[in-house]
Amino acid sequence: MLNPAYIIILFALLISFSSNAVKIHVGGSDGLASIREAVMKAKAGDTVLVRAGVYMEGSIVLNKGIVLLAEKGVEIDAQGKEPLIVIRADKSVVKGFTLKNSGYSDIAEIAGIRLENVKACRVEDNYLYNNFFGIYLSNSSYCILRNNVIHGFARTETSSGNGIHLWKSDHNTVLGNKIKGHRDGIYFEFVKNSSIINNISEDNLRYGLHFMFSDNDVYRYNIFRRNGSGVAVMYTRDVEMSFNRFEHNWGSASYGLLLKDISKSQIRNNMFLRNTTGLYMEGSHSTIIEQNDFRENGWALRILGDCYNDTITSNNFIGNSFDVATNAVRNMNYFYSNYWDKYTGYDLNKDGTGDISYYPVSLYSKITEENPYALMMLHSFFIDLLNQTEKLLPSITPDQFLDALPKMKKLMHDTY
Amino acid sequence: MLKVFSYVFQEVFRNRMLVFYSLFLFLLSSGLFYFGADSSKAVVSLLHVVLLVVPLLCIVFATIHYYNSLEFIELLLAQPVPRRRIFTGEYLGLSVAMTLALLTGLGLPVLFWDTSAASLFLLAMGVMLTFIFTSIAFFASVSSTDKSKGIGTALIIWFYYAVIFDGLVLLVLHYFSDYPLEKVVLVLTTLNPIDLARVFVLLKLDTSALMGYTGSLFQSFFGTIWGILFSLFFLLLWLVIPLWLSIRIFTRKDL
Amino acid sequence: MIHISGLNKSFGKQTVLNDISLEFSGGKVICLIGPNGSGKTTLIKCLLGLVIPDRGIVKMDTRDMLKDWTCRNAVGYMPQILRFPEQIRMKSVFELIKDFRSDFQNYDEELIESLGLNLIMQKKMGTLSGGTRQKVSAALAFLFRPSVLVLDEPTSGLDPVASEKLKNKIRKERQRGALTFITTHNMSEVEELADNVVFIVDGKIRFYKSVDTIMNETGEMKIGRGLAKLMEANGYA
Repeated sequence: MLNPAYIIILFALLISFSSNAVKIHVGGSDGLASIREAVMKAKAGDTVLVRAGVYMEGSIVLNKGIVLLAEKGVEIDAQGKEPLIVIRADKSVVKGFTLKNSGYSDIAEIAGIRLENVKACRVEDNYLYNNFFGIYLSNSSYCILRNNVIHGFARTETSSGNGIHLWKSDHNTVLGNKIKGHRDGIYFEFVKNSSIINNISEDNLRYGLHFMFSDNDVYRYNIFRRNGSGVAVMYTRDVEMSFNRFEHNWGSASYGLLLKDISKSQIRNNMFLRNTTGLYMEGSHSTIIEQNDFRENGWALRILGDCYNDTITSNNFIGNSFDVATNAVRNMNYFYSNYWDKYTGYDLNKDGTGDISYYPVSLYSKITEENPYALMMLHSFFIDLLNQTEKLLPSITPDQFLDALPKMKKLMHDTY
Repeated sequence: MLKVFSYVFQEVFRNRMLVFYSLFLFLLSSGLFYFGADSSKAVVSLLHVVLLVVPLLCIVFATIHYYNSLEFIELLLAQPVPRRRIFTGEYLGLSVAMTLALLTGLGLPVLFWDTSAASLFLLAMGVMLTFIFTSIAFFASVSSTDKSKGIGTALIIWFYYAVIFDGLVLLVLHYFSDYPLEKVVLVLTTLNPIDLARVFVLLKLDTSALMGYTGSLFQSFFGTIWGILFSLFFLLLWLVIPLWLSIRIFTRKDL
Repeated sequence: MIHISGLNKSFGKQTVLNDISLEFSGGKVICLIGPNGSGKTTLIKCLLGLVIPDRGIVKMDTRDMLKDWTCRNAVGYMPQILRFPEQIRMKSVFELIKDFRSDFQNYDEELIESLGLNLIMQKKMGTLSGGTRQKVSAALAFLFRPSVLVLDEPTSGLDPVASEKLKNKIRKERQRGALTFITTHNMSEVEELADNVVFIVDGKIRFYKSVDTIMNETGEMKIGRGLAKLMEANGYA
């Protein structure tokens, strides 16, 4: 995908190298003493190169488009008082800094790096440690956030901020970042036409990715792991979620991926591994769930009665305690051609598709919906007897929930 | 006691039924691991087998063994040796031989195909159930002089713990679903060694689902070492109490 | 040597031993006779500690046979019918039994040889006939030169030759000073071996007399006929 952002940045770079840009040094024997001073001196297009050392000089505000580069070992410590770097000019670059201890505020969303109303900026290779928010974008576009490592120490939801926070922005790229220990790893609200690629978001207090009102976005090749509640994607249409890993999200309200009011979206080639609930769908419609692997989840898929016209096909369901749970009586979605490891049917004509239908909602799963303590009976012989009896004479389970073309063998497809 | 142990062990270990048992487990588990697409599915199937077959075989085999050996035991008791020693020798010889049969039949395939925590837990529970149900079988045997009555009792005990018990628990859960049943469920579980073994393996096999519980007691039960210690403690009680009772009865029994 | 007094035992409602008191000294063969279910076997099982009486005393010299299991060091027991573990070799059975008296060395292996058991020591017990198994159990009883022998119908399954050898052995042990208890239904055995006869019916001792006394009292030359008379006189038809 050739994002217009790339072209603009490339163009900006060309200009900065070809024009008579100046390089200003900070630190060392011949450099200026403070970064602030250097930034004041620099004109748009200039480069400020910071040499190794610890700088404690309050917020640094970029109000012209300069390139702020750090050599190895540059640390800026806000000592818990204020934001560290604020970008207010287009085409700014911040690269290679260690930014620490932004401090926390009830009123302001203090961040390690904050971008306000800008275009075509780059934030790269920074290490953000113990900040309230990590990188914060508002009303900005065509920016790239790349290869940053963001490490927070969130304790309660109210006293902590997000790792990467985008609000009301568009055409941005979040690429290759590692986020850990914040409230939400990545937060998108009113963000259009943007992409989230190759990030790792883990051990965050609430969501690995929190995503609302953000149409036409893409996220691929990300890992969301051990987050308090997994990943939530809400009130959005036309999202592509593919080749991600949703894993190890445990807890009574934990999901690999939660979809709420999602439509016309695609969920492809993802791996849902060892989550309490792999994929949770509420109020979602016209979405395709295809070629995913659901492995060793408590409930692979929980689909509520207000979902319709969704297609669940060509997925593998392996080693899950329950395949599908629902509160619906009627099925308004399409299940077909999935591989279910609990399927015990036969294939007489050897076409790879079972000759009898698979009912993924078991009687036992209905029982545990009503009485969660019955979960203690998992794998009990008595429960097996019940399930088998119900299969022969369905009376309680919704018989419309069926995969009429269950696959006999595990489907081969790529996941990340 | 060591001599009694080794004679019982030799006698039992060469028994044809035990060889079949071992072979059955071996073929079944190798087959499940080899042909199954996924080892976690194999572990679930094996869990069902272990929870059903191991208690059944142990309880039937141990009861038959006891009654068949009764005449020889009588001769042994006429020797200068306290009864307790003969009894523990018999018990250990029998359960160790059956454990070895289990380890050969189930342990070898597990070690070869899948040494995940879940299958090692499963193996450990197989061993535990072997000792427990041999102990229960001896209790049933010493409590009744009549062979067919003893075997009948043993079978009823097995059926109760393997099948009926969970049905009753489900009924309790159903009828009292308006009450907080967190503690009740845990207590009920301790009353059945098969359930304890099952929950023990669940802790490794289905953690994801079990973490879906809302209760704080369950969270700490399933999330920490506490669940493992809890189950192990009660499993040990299930081994020790019937054994202790049977020794008490046996030492005061007329032969 | 053995002193029994006030011995009572019941199984449920049924009284099996009813206030039994008896006194036995060494160098004698005692035959216990009586109908089936009369309590003979229960009585000797009390001597062996296999049945625990409800009341009463069983003493060997001064030691309490019911409490002190070391008394059984001096007792040899040959049970009536015996199923051995099938997979075990005969050799191992002897080793196992020897192991219970690990400080005893001077084994009496006379019967092992005279009954030909030494030739088939490697055989598994499951392959042996009933008679051979009985030979094994006889040989086991005499192995430790016990001062008390308890033989429950010792010749019932044996062939005449083996039977004769066993009887000879019993006589030899009497010479040595052993006290031997034999339960039997076989009158010729009583005639050949018995010094004293205990007759039990319904858990009660009907008489305990020496063979000489029985013959004198009944005037019969043959002990069998004498016994028959006495038994009839004591209410046994």
